[in-house]
Amino acid sequence: MAVKKFVVGNFDDEAVLFPAVKKVRAAGYKIHDVYTPFPVHGLDHALGLRETSLHTAGFIYGITGTTTALSFMSWIFTTDWPLNIGGKPHFPLPAFIPITFELTVLFSAVGMVMTFMYLCQMAPFVKKHIFHPRQTDDQFVMVIELTEKTPAADVKAFLDSVGAKEINEQTVEAGWWIGRFDREDKLFSKQVAVNA
Amino acid sequence: MHLKYESTLREPLVDGVKDYHQVTEDIISPIEAKPGKLWYIGLSISVLLLLFGAFSVTWEVYWGTGVWNLNKTIGWGWDITNFVWWVGIGHAGTLISAILMLFRQGWRTGVNRAAEAMTIFAVMCAGQFPIWHMGRVWMAFFVMPYPNTRGPLWVNFNSPLLWDVFAISTYFTVSLLFWYSGLLPDFATVRDRAKTKLRKYLYGVASFGWTGSTKHWQRHESLSLVLAGLSTPLVLSVHTIVSFDFATSVIPGWHTTIFPPYFVAGAIFSGFAMVQTLLIITRKILGLEDYITIGHIEAMNKVIVLTGSIVGVAYLTELFMAWYSGVQYEFDSFYKFRAAGPLGWSYWIMMTCNVISPQVFWFRKMRRNIMVTFIMSIIVNIGMWFERFVIICTSLYRDYLPSSWSYYRPSWPEVGFYLGTFGLFFTCYFMFAKYFPVIAVAEIKSILKTSGQNFKEKMTVYEDQDAEKFAHDQAHH
Repeated sequence: MAVKKFVVGNFDDEAVLFPAVKKVRAAGYKIHDVYTPFPVHGLDHALGLRETSLHTAGFIYGITGTTTALSFMSWIFTTDWPLNIGGKPHFPLPAFIPITFELTVLFSAVGMVMTFMYLCQMAPFVKKHIFHPRQTDDQFVMVIELTEKTPAADVKAFLDSVGAKEINEQTVEAGWWIGRFDREDKLFSKQVAVNA
Repeated sequence: MHLKYESTLREPLVDGVKDYHQVTEDIISPIEAKPGKLWYIGLSISVLLLLFGAFSVTWEVYWGTGVWNLNKTIGWGWDITNFVWWVGIGHAGTLISAILMLFRQGWRTGVNRAAEAMTIFAVMCAGQFPIWHMGRVWMAFFVMPYPNTRGPLWVNFNSPLLWDVFAISTYFTVSLLFWYSGLLPDFATVRDRAKTKLRKYLYGVASFGWTGSTKHWQRHESLSLVLAGLSTPLVLSVHTIVSFDFATSVIPGWHTTIFPPYFVAGAIFSGFAMVQTLLIITRKILGLEDYITIGHIEAMNKVIVLTGSIVGVAYLTELFMAWYSGVQYEFDSFYKFRAAGPLGWSYWIMMTCNVISPQVFWFRKMRRNIMVTFIMSIIVNIGMWFERFVIICTSLYRDYLPSSWSYYRPSWPEVGFYLGTFGLFFTCYFMFAKYFPVIAVAEIKSILKTSGQNFKEKMTVYEDQDAEKFAHDQAHH
């Protein structure tokens, strides 16, 4: 990602946010993101985001687990080291069910969480710019990316007209970087200095 | 905009006049404040117990499992009893976080975080028992199937004991992932309002850089839903597999087909009791009565009376089958050595605590009485411990050969080990209560406008309205 210019406006009620999102999109402004303190149902559709495929990935990880468990146990008991356990069959499929099930769940859960982390670019020591300190508390923060065709003054005025509060302009890194939240990192502080 | 509406007949899940910021304040501020005296006292006692447990286990490892009072007749005693008891306690957390999520039970939001924490700590405690019971614990890794220099000689995939290894480790991993993914947004909340550098740093690391982006929330919702869907059969499978440790054997008293559902019901029963014990104290000390309301406590008491009664039916079914099967060994096991005989007292403690006493919860007044609930939660925990003791020891102490009949009482390292797991559990819980948001802040916010008291009161206008007028008014929005 790169350093970009944004206009940031926050809303304190989702009832105001929804019509605002609609109007901002209709006016053709580019919404970078809307940050909310909790999952607001329907906001993803209002922003025109596509459905996530995370659950499909989970299914694929799950059947990988099923296949791994079944083929591994079958190979061990029939080919690698067939043991005579009380004269029982070498391929006792019913006895394989519990471990097969557990590995299905394990692969699916671990795989999905890893995929989630990767897609959202989240990990320990990952830092991202927080546009408004209360976006994880009680504010719904709309961030609009500025382009050549959208001067900051216009966007600010428009945000004001749709009910946003504390509208300001920020020039920040839009992606993530390795950093600590208790420090202003070089990358970030440099941009703030330029801005000021 | 659609109207979020829930009948005022349902009592609010969040009491008092709250807005989003107030919710954050109420739940996060205990993390930011200095802990009270009680916290230090509680933590010190827990750490002391943990140290005593560590000493008892060291003693056992040094001298061998012979220092336990197990013998040739009774090969499983307090250790496996405690193992099953702790695993069972864990089950309520997953039931609340996963099954109630699938059933769209809004009240779970108030209690799920603490209950899931309880699950994780309880499974950590449970895992200790089979591991240290191995005796030569430095060879514990032999339970893992990996290419080795012993042939390679693999583990026995037909054995329920090995199924347990997979079940418990999967259960622990999945519960931890589910819990931690839910914690990420709340850690970010703590981070963004942190006033000290250290707190900002630590919660910044713990929150993995969570921002609250709409796309991330969308994926987070999907992740939570699928993890709930996975955890639901998982939690049922875990105690089913634990019950297979017994049910697949040929010991009278163990060899029964009703064990899986009976164990799962018992697990949820004891788990809810433990949730009550913990939360009644937590809500009081952290001042969270508005979020963990009497309504929440009542809902959990309903689960307790339901699962307690299922367990009661299972006990009676066992007795009936022992007689109806016409098998002499089964009959003797239940009627002569379990309900009577030298260990008969434990059976009657179990019956009283698990089947008779929870029946008070048929009365609404009792379900909503905090003192009664707290005492009952302790009684149920004791009862469910005795259930496992009864199943394990009373089936073993009278075997097929009367000359090997024996009696069992634990030695001090066994008791010390058990106390040590209490130390481990409560040390973890005290740390959790101080440093983690004990209630899922983001989830409470998402139900606030449908189930918060001040928002519900606004709905009385609609409640009094004519249904046709309501439909007419809302249709145009």
